[in-house]
Amino acid sequence: MSESTTQQKPKRALFSSNTRQKLLAFASLIGLMVFFSLASPSFMQTDNIVGILQATAVNGVLAIACTFVIITSGIDLSVGTLMTFCSVMAGVFLTYWGLPFYVGVLAAIFFGALSGFISGTLIAKLKIPPFIATLGMMLVLKGLALVISGTKPIYFNDTPEFTSISQESLIGYLLPDLPIPNAVLILFVMAVGASLILNKTVLGNYTFALGSNEEAVRLSGVNVDRWKIVIYTFAGAICGIAGLLIASRLNSAQPSLGQGYELDAIAAVVIGGTSLSGGTGTILGTIIGAFIISVLTNGLRIMSVAQEWQTVVTGAIIILAVFADNMRKSK
Amino acid sequence: MVLHRKLLSLAVGLGFGLSVGFAGTASAADDMYIPLVSKGFQHQFWQAVKAGAEQAAKDLKVKITFEGPESESMVDKQIDMLSAALAKKPTAIGFAALDSKAAIPLLKKAQASKIPVIAFDSGVDSDIPVTTTTTDNVAAAGLAADKMAELIGKAGEVALVVHDQTSRTGIDRRDGFLNRMKSTYPNIKIVSVQYGGGDQLKSTEITKAILQANPNIKGIFGANEGSAIGVLNAAREMKRKIVIIGYDSGTQQKAAVADGSMAGAITQNPVGMGYKTVEAAVKAIKGEKLPKVIDTGFYWWDKSNMNDPKIAAVLYD
Repeated sequence: MSESTTQQKPKRALFSSNTRQKLLAFASLIGLMVFFSLASPSFMQTDNIVGILQATAVNGVLAIACTFVIITSGIDLSVGTLMTFCSVMAGVFLTYWGLPFYVGVLAAIFFGALSGFISGTLIAKLKIPPFIATLGMMLVLKGLALVISGTKPIYFNDTPEFTSISQESLIGYLLPDLPIPNAVLILFVMAVGASLILNKTVLGNYTFALGSNEEAVRLSGVNVDRWKIVIYTFAGAICGIAGLLIASRLNSAQPSLGQGYELDAIAAVVIGGTSLSGGTGTILGTIIGAFIISVLTNGLRIMSVAQEWQTVVTGAIIILAVFADNMRKSK
Repeated sequence: MVLHRKLLSLAVGLGFGLSVGFAGTASAADDMYIPLVSKGFQHQFWQAVKAGAEQAAKDLKVKITFEGPESESMVDKQIDMLSAALAKKPTAIGFAALDSKAAIPLLKKAQASKIPVIAFDSGVDSDIPVTTTTTDNVAAAGLAADKMAELIGKAGEVALVVHDQTSRTGIDRRDGFLNRMKSTYPNIKIVSVQYGGGDQLKSTEITKAILQANPNIKGIFGANEGSAIGVLNAAREMKRKIVIIGYDSGTQQKAAVADGSMAGAITQNPVGMGYKTVEAAVKAIKGEKLPKVIDTGFYWWDKSNMNDPKIAAVLYD
């Protein structure tokens, strides 16, 4: 690859290297799908494909949030439990307090943003390393979700429209043969939106700039702390939406769920070609990464591979994906 | 989807026709595929359920798979597993729900595709499962209470360390024990009921606090494997001689019963649960009538009978 100019011109260089990155990741995804289709006739069935899409929605949305943070060369370990916390808050507003549907939706997004704001402030103002700040937040949120819910799931039985966020299918209403659940539609809409924000707005510019050379950005007179807080707040709000998706899918806020989901999200981001050292990354790559994980998980299940081996294979594929990416970059 | 369903029914029809046509039931059974989606996978209890299911699969000549999420909080992962299992067009399905309400849409789908659902371990709040194979935990904990009473001379202070206050098994074992004590043994006083999440270390700390606070305590019942090990650890660390009754089995409980530090335990029959789940699935496929609940049984085991072949077969390491 001729572009060794990533440092000087992060955005331009990124674009052309991205095309290849996307192709490689996309080729792996197609390769996996072809392999599983040949291995089992049950794989390429409408029901199963819909199942894969459904299984990707939550992780995909969390991975979008992580992409922003990781491009700034930060990390957010709190995304999984923040998602849970937000779904519990939606439960409190809708089921405990009986407030209208949209208030619950707004509440989840608001508390996501609030938590992101706190993480961002800890990192930017108190100079706590992102790994530690968000590790702390992960535990705080996990605990708060349990405390607020009284360690019991909160069900959304009184608000039937809530389950439609995830489970109903707007596409299936228009095209009955394509019952893609709304959760997937939301994932795709968010991916397009996030991609535009990342590539076309000031927020996106500073996301890349902070990850490439924070000091240079600071010296050019930009309020680095403020932008960092904005980015973490934005990522937090996205986790709020993930909270709505999972709660709607399960028709309940499950307070003990969430820990471990951050690792799946980070894996999707990394498989998608975003570097943990920051400065590069795309939303499309992340979405492909999320699909690679769910296709792999689903395909191995469909092939009835013993569960202990499923875990081994998934781990090996993650390492392989990142290794292939490194090889490509070093060429 | 409509097309697939038609194809499926055609395939089922053909398969059935063929089996009636020549080979009899054996060849039909060979084509039966019954995935079991469990609550867990790594825990020894689930491995024992799996072993039973595999034995039944061998005896009845059907194909099974067995899987479950890494932790019992991963409700959505379990739903994904159920969804993948249904995509494989199974002849029947075994399901131990972590949160039965969350699984209803998929279970309805199974019902619509005429795939019989067998619930195992804990029930599903719905009439979709044709039957539920489970341990009668209330009766089993009642037996634990009887044994406790007998061992402490029907009088004195007793405590409980339970895994949690929300799950069906937690509630049933606690109430089964407490109600038997209240109804039958008026001179036994329950001084404490604490919850340790089934975590050995947490249960140890809890038990130490109980022992500290109640110097005259005579016995403690640990309501699952992790809780029971916690009680054992605490009694050992504080060098207290009390009657300990556990639940399920496992290497540590077996060793403790053998050396006398644990009086005995209730064992469910996880192997039988797996076996009966597959057996019930095969019966459901053949259209046989099944009872709403199939009790998979439980036993009291202690030093005297733990090597008895009938008991040894259901104890796992």
